[in-house]
Amino acid sequence: MIVRYGLRLVALTYLALLLIIPVGMIVAHTFSGGLAPVWTALTDPDAIKALGLTLKIAIIVVPLNTLFGITMALVMVRREFRGKALLSALIDLPFAVSPVIVGFTLILVYGMNGWFGEFFINQGYPIIFSTPGMVLATMFASLPFVCREVIPVLREIGTEQEQAAATLGARAHQTFRRITLPAIRWGIVYGVVLTTARAIGEYGAVAVVSGNVIGQTQTLTLRVSQEYQNFDHIAAYTAALELAVIALVTLFLMNLFHPRKDH
Amino acid sequence: MAITVRNVNKRFGDFVALDDVSLDVPAGSLTALLGPSGSGKSTLLRVIAGLEKADQGDVFIGGAEATKLPPQRRDIGFVFQHYAAFKHMTVAKNVAFGLEIRKRRKDEVKRRVAELLDLVQLDGFGDRYPSQLSGGQRQRMALARALAVEPEVLLLDEPFGALDAKVRSELRAWLRRLHDEMHVTTVFVTHDQEEAMEVSDTIVLMDHGRIVQEGRPQDLYDHPETEFVMRFMGQVNRIGDVYVRPHDVEIRLEPNGTTEAAVVERVLHMGHHIRVDLTVNGGDPVSAQLTRDEAERLGLEPGRPVFVRPAKARTFAGEPEAEAVS
Repeated sequence: MIVRYGLRLVALTYLALLLIIPVGMIVAHTFSGGLAPVWTALTDPDAIKALGLTLKIAIIVVPLNTLFGITMALVMVRREFRGKALLSALIDLPFAVSPVIVGFTLILVYGMNGWFGEFFINQGYPIIFSTPGMVLATMFASLPFVCREVIPVLREIGTEQEQAAATLGARAHQTFRRITLPAIRWGIVYGVVLTTARAIGEYGAVAVVSGNVIGQTQTLTLRVSQEYQNFDHIAAYTAALELAVIALVTLFLMNLFHPRKDH
Repeated sequence: MAITVRNVNKRFGDFVALDDVSLDVPAGSLTALLGPSGSGKSTLLRVIAGLEKADQGDVFIGGAEATKLPPQRRDIGFVFQHYAAFKHMTVAKNVAFGLEIRKRRKDEVKRRVAELLDLVQLDGFGDRYPSQLSGGQRQRMALARALAVEPEVLLLDEPFGALDAKVRSELRAWLRRLHDEMHVTTVFVTHDQEEAMEVSDTIVLMDHGRIVQEGRPQDLYDHPETEFVMRFMGQVNRIGDVYVRPHDVEIRLEPNGTTEAAVVERVLHMGHHIRVDLTVNGGDPVSAQLTRDEAERLGLEPGRPVFVRPAKARTFAGEPEAEAVS
């Protein structure tokens, strides 16, 4: 009895200190001056632009990295080839490298003096200090999540169900859609949640490549930092709260895919 | 439909899984691929199904070349040892899978699924998920799923291997009855010689990637061509150079010209028969099987000196010649 409640107390205290109290403080501080300043902060044209940019980046990055992650997971689990260990390490690279360094390498390659920089600028599509660079930085930072979540699930389900589907006449694409995809669905859902969280929350890499031009290349995350440094705390807290709400909505949407209890 | 396998070879790295295997399975028969683990029996079944590609050799199903056909186009049903149930689908959806892939009409699918669930005694279980079924029920569901598309050939890979003894023996009898009703050409893999003898018309015994003997169950039991076959098909004693089954050991109280001296070590009551463990010529352990009447008549008890002779025995001229040459 004591052990059971003791463990709960430890877990709850831990969560409270790390999560519940800080997030609660954000909510409290956001509304500390009533609703009017929050509304002003929300409807500020620059804030709306930042929200739009954050969503835009997430909407481009999350599907691309999901597709990439599922494909890579299939390759890693179902194919044998030389250099597999190296590829596995490469996929994990974004976890190992500091995001700020990622930003700098992007500038080295695509920046004004970089390898391809001039080419893209001449075409009228600058990469650095522009949306494409921020998308690239975010893609890199959130690359491994779907792959790493799906790989163990694929390993666990094995290939027998797929072989059974083949003997029953299903072609490769039918087997994938009807058997493999539903079986790895929950892994994909976790991967998408993590990718989304990282995509809307990425700071370091995006800060380096964006130039943080207010109203143009400023995401919500960058705005939190900017407004905080400008002592406009209500604006900073409001932006932070927006990020939290996006995260919660993602979690809620993904929970709609929750597998049935009887599994 | 008949199955023909011609000179099939298959390696996994350095391991030779199938070594020049040829086999004819007549249409409508029930054949057991029997052998110890690593003998190549499962690989042979998977080559027939198209789930493994042979390195060399050909497979014909119903007289048509199938060597290069993918499993989808071989018109087979396959049952896996661990059921391979589609976990996210209900039992009815599992059974309907092959029919839905073939785009059959909805009412036809529904009717056929109901028929099959009835056949495998799972009527009323259609809305459950595989995780809510017992092992035996899951395997019956897998069988219904394989039979739904009316395959020409039914292939089963250790279908009862993961089930407990009682369910296993029920399903064996049930598979035999099912085959007698449907007459679909059936090949099943097993490592259990009793299972092979109980269910099949023909046993194909494999060892080290080769077929060592094939024939009716009683032929393999009574006329084994090698020591391996004799040992694999049932218990066996070796007295000097001769091999004798426990039920062919004759025990006498008086010597005659052909008997050897023995001492009773243990007398075990096995239910319908008595097992007597003896030591022959002061060394070789021999196990004999007697009826209760015989044992009572002889009054056997531990320590008692007796005389034994093999009523029926086999000798094997050393190792097979092919091996001696190579």
